[in-house]
Amino acid sequence: MSSAKKAVKGDPARDVKIRPASAEDIPSIVELDEVATGHAKPEYWLQLFEHFSREHVERHAFLVATIDDRVVGFITGEIRPFEFGAEVCGWVFALNVDPQMRVHNVGTRLFDEICKIFARAGVAKVRTLIERDNHLVMAFFRSQGMMVGRFIGMEKDID
Amino acid sequence: MKLQKATMCGLYAVLELAAHPDLQISAGEIAEKYDISLNHLAKVLRSLVRARLIESVRGAGGGYRFCANPKRVTLLDVIELFEDVVPNPQQTASSDHWESRTLHKVLADLDDIAVSTLRSVSIMTLLKVMEKERRSVERASARGGAHPAPVEGD
Repeated sequence: MSSAKKAVKGDPARDVKIRPASAEDIPSIVELDEVATGHAKPEYWLQLFEHFSREHVERHAFLVATIDDRVVGFITGEIRPFEFGAEVCGWVFALNVDPQMRVHNVGTRLFDEICKIFARAGVAKVRTLIERDNHLVMAFFRSQGMMVGRFIGMEKDID
Repeated sequence: MKLQKATMCGLYAVLELAAHPDLQISAGEIAEKYDISLNHLAKVLRSLVRARLIESVRGAGGGYRFCANPKRVTLLDVIELFEDVVPNPQQTASSDHWESRTLHKVLADLDDIAVSTLRSVSIMTLLKVMEKERRSVERASARGGAHPAPVEGD
């Protein structure tokens, strides 16, 4: 089905705008994250935003999706050289969409945009880590064409 | 992971029908395309109809049609109709030996990953991956080069 056929009047996906996050967006980002994770982390998001805005801005991406100027989703990621012995690649480490706005391509638009940023920086691969039980997010990244990569996450409890 | 023959038939049928949601496809056409026994496929199709993934269309030009939401139906949904792939936690807990319990934990890790993978791949996602692979092969053929190696999957 063509995108023209898909877009119907009142479809929120038509009004989604993607832009770099600003300091004023942090409360909305904290709220979206809290809805998804159950934990409010205002300091974490503020520090991350400041770090991304200050240092190596060419390697960092912090984007928000808005509908009618309201933040309905965000994505963050960065380009890490030779992390874990791998080639330079883009890492997505947070993606969140307002549950009311899901299935309207907000996540896809955010993911597409961050991939474009990575590609413009010369990166040819994007990676992320997903908790095994997080079926919703895993299904989303699968639908974007992501497959299980060469790396396996490992962990242990430290005695 | 090795899937049973009925499961594979079910997956083939679902993928074939979901790829052509506007068409009614006969059991004979599916059996011929995937080189499977029509009798065997008929049983599989009945299971898929009962699960409301496909529906039977009667009359001239009749056949089967995909009637579920391909974005919502996962590989696990289809596989579970034909075999049990979700690990049984009792198996680990009930063992008498530490060796056995520890080994089962490792095996349970593998099962968990397999189940998570199957649960995360929708029929729509799989169709998209197939289409991408098909285009990639066609582009390579058009360039006159060798076929690309299959994408490393999971």
